[in-house]
Parts: sequence; C-alpha cells; structure tokens
Amino acid sequence: MNVQNNVKTMRQDIAKRAADELGEGEVINLGVGIPTLIPEYLGDKHVFLHSENGLLGTGPAPEAGQINPDLINASKQPVTELPGSAIFDSALSFAMIRGGHVDTAVIGALQVDQTGELANWAVPGKDILGVGGAMDLVAGVQKVILTMTHTSKSGEAKIVESLTYPSSGYRKADVLITEKAVFTFKNNQMYLVEVADGVTVEDIEETTAASFVVAL
Amino acid sequence: MTSKKEISLTDISKYIKDGDQVLVGGFGLSGCPLTIVDEIAKTDVKDLTIVSNNLGEPQKGLGKLLVNGQIKKAIGSYFTTHRGAVNAWNEGWLEIELLPQGTMAEGIRAAGAGIPAFYTPTGAGTKLSENKEVREFDGKEYVLEKSIPGDVALIRAHKADEYGNLVYRKTQENFNTAMAMAGKIVIAEVDEIVPTGELKPEEIKTQHLFVDYLVKTRYEVEGGTFVERTK
Repeated sequence: MNVQNNVKTMRQDIAKRAADELGEGEVINLGVGIPTLIPEYLGDKHVFLHSENGLLGTGPAPEAGQINPDLINASKQPVTELPGSAIFDSALSFAMIRGGHVDTAVIGALQVDQTGELANWAVPGKDILGVGGAMDLVAGVQKVILTMTHTSKSGEAKIVESLTYPSSGYRKADVLITEKAVFTFKNNQMYLVEVADGVTVEDIEETTAASFVVAL
Repeated sequence: MTSKKEISLTDISKYIKDGDQVLVGGFGLSGCPLTIVDEIAKTDVKDLTIVSNNLGEPQKGLGKLLVNGQIKKAIGSYFTTHRGAVNAWNEGWLEIELLPQGTMAEGIRAAGAGIPAFYTPTGAGTKLSENKEVREFDGKEYVLEKSIPGDVALIRAHKADEYGNLVYRKTQENFNTAMAMAGKIVIAEVDEIVPTGELKPEEIKTQHLFVDYLVKTRYEVEGGTFVERTK
C-alpha cells in the first residue's frame, strides 16, 4: 500500500488489501462503500458474494441494455447472477447471516474502538433513520473485516479508545484495514500487524486515538 | 387465464381501511406491488402503518402514499436516502420505527408462522434495543422482538396459477412470501395468471393458501426499469 492523499486511491488501496484477506471459496457479504470495490481485486480467487435481498453468487454489473430491475444487490444496484448462484427470500437470507453461515462480512465503519467494537450505522446528533442489514451482519457472520480511511476528512481519529458514535452491537471486529495499516483484535486488545509502505509506527500512533500492541 | 381469486383494481380499496397495518413487499421497487399502491393512492384511505423495507421513491411506489399524507407510521429498516420520508419525520407528521433488516424479515415470517415473539442477537447492546427485553442464553445477550402481523399484505410476484400459487422473477421475492404468510388479507399483483398445473410444484415459492386475491399489474419492464403501461 502506498500512502496517497487522493481519497480515491486510498479507497482502492484499502479494497485491494481487503481482497487479500478473503479465503478461496468463502461466502462473503460486502457492505456499501469501500467493500463494493473489492471484486475488482480478487484476481483468480473464487468467492461467493451474498446479497441480503436474497442472492448467493452475485455477479458483476450488467452491460448497458441488459439491466433487469428485478436482479439487484443490497445497494439496489443492478447485478448479474453467476453460474451456481441461488436466489431466496429475505427471511432465509438473514437466517444465513444470523445463523453464522456467512463466512465473512467486509463492512465500512465510522468509528472503531481499541477492543474492536464498531459504529457503522448512525452519526451522533443526526437523524437515525436507517440501519439496513448492518447489525445483523455484525451479530452473525463468522469474521468481520472493517475497511475505512484511517482518519476523517478533517483529520480526526476514527480509531478511538471508546466509541462516541452509536455502537453496532457487542460483537467485535476481527480485522481493521485502513490505507495506513492493518490491525487485528483479540480478547479486547488491538494489534498493529502491518503498515503501508512509507508509513512508520510513529505515524500510526499520531493518527490513532487508541492504544495498540505493535506486532509487526 | 382467469382465477376465482382475481379481483379488479377498483376492488382493492374494499380490503383496506383507515388505520390498518399494511405489509408491502419490495426491496426498493423490485417486488413492490406498484399497481396496487397506485390504486390506494387514488383513494381516501388514511392513517396507515406501512411495514416495508423503505418507502419507495418520491413518485413511485409507496412514495406516492407518503406525498398524499396517507401514511401515519412507517416500520422498516432504511429511510435515510428517502428525502420525503426524512422530511416528513422531521416535520413531525410521520412516525418511524426502525428495525434491523433481518429482525424485520424474521418478525414478519414469525407472525405468519404462529410465533408471537423471538430472541435475536441482532441489535443487542445498541440504541435499537433500548426499552426492549433482553435475556441471556449461554452467556450471550439476545433481544426480544415481537412478530409483525399485517391487517393486509400487498405483495408482488411474477406469475400466479389459478389457485394463487406464486413464482418470482429473480430477486423479486425478498419480503413477499413472509408478508403473504403474515397478512390477514393478502393481495398479490402479478404479470400473468397461468392455468393451474403449468407451474412446477417445486418452483412455487408462495403457496396458494397464503394468497386471497390476485390482480394483474399495469407495469412492465422497459429500459431496465418499471414503466406503467399506457393503454
């Protein structure tokens, strides 16, 4: 990962690194934002993409003129279906999620604390009118990978000692990927396991408002 | 083909009354009974509680009922991107009950399956479980969620047979089968009604015992979107 100020490049770098984290043959649910870029970086790796609205085996966006408005993903974008895909209803789709049958969710976060507890659905002081499937995913999947820019646009830390944004649930994240670093969480402790090219541990300490163990 | 369950569009209003809790299928516009919603928008029925993932778009689907002021309360999972709903809520004339999407789907299914409430891990430890009963099982907290029945369920499928068995087009099913189970009166909007026996038993997703009435849609897919037929 190269450190770039350009937000687009940052987001692509994060998606690329997150793609490396996924295992061959896993069932993956990709959240909105950065995670939607991941399929571009999967290379030869084969995974099954699960969409909350009832599709396992989601394919790329259709060609113009081939759009079926009844074949969409959880972001309501038109998609295609890959060979071997399966379609089902919302209740069954969330049974897959809550029941622990989906291997990994890659989701964006607004904030994460040093234990791995995350906030990804509401901003303090703003109307709380949407949650979608965020909390079901956090509660149910086997592994939660968070993708987010290391700090906010104004440079504020998003990795904090304790959440000031509304929590998404008790479940802790397993991995956090930013443009600067990769962290893992175990037993309420955060570990710095990787830094991007050109980034120092001091850089990470300066932009992270949480304590972590350096485990490079 | 006709069916004993088929009713005319103008009959729809007979089955919906002021103050009803109405389950409306759809994830965005896919699987939303657009024709039925249009018919309700032509009536005076009001104070509806709408249970639907979101509230359509401003001029399509449930957005029409919102603009008309026919909706008192919306129960769903995602209204953030619907400016009309956000404004109505800010102005104080629309009540919103926000549920995690999986809790909403399971709540509807449970209502149709004879289960009055259920415990879910989703939302435990969050603002959405405040004021809800929480119980520990094997050291983990779960939230008690009530099932979500409907006075009426308005659903959308691709084809029906004469009995009212339903099949869907791609991801059109979403909340529709669960809603058919949970509604006291269930009206399904379909593209066509085919002779009984034409649908394979194993492809039927919503079984006829859940479906009371059928109407034919006025919408078709054109240019990648849903367009109302002009004739």
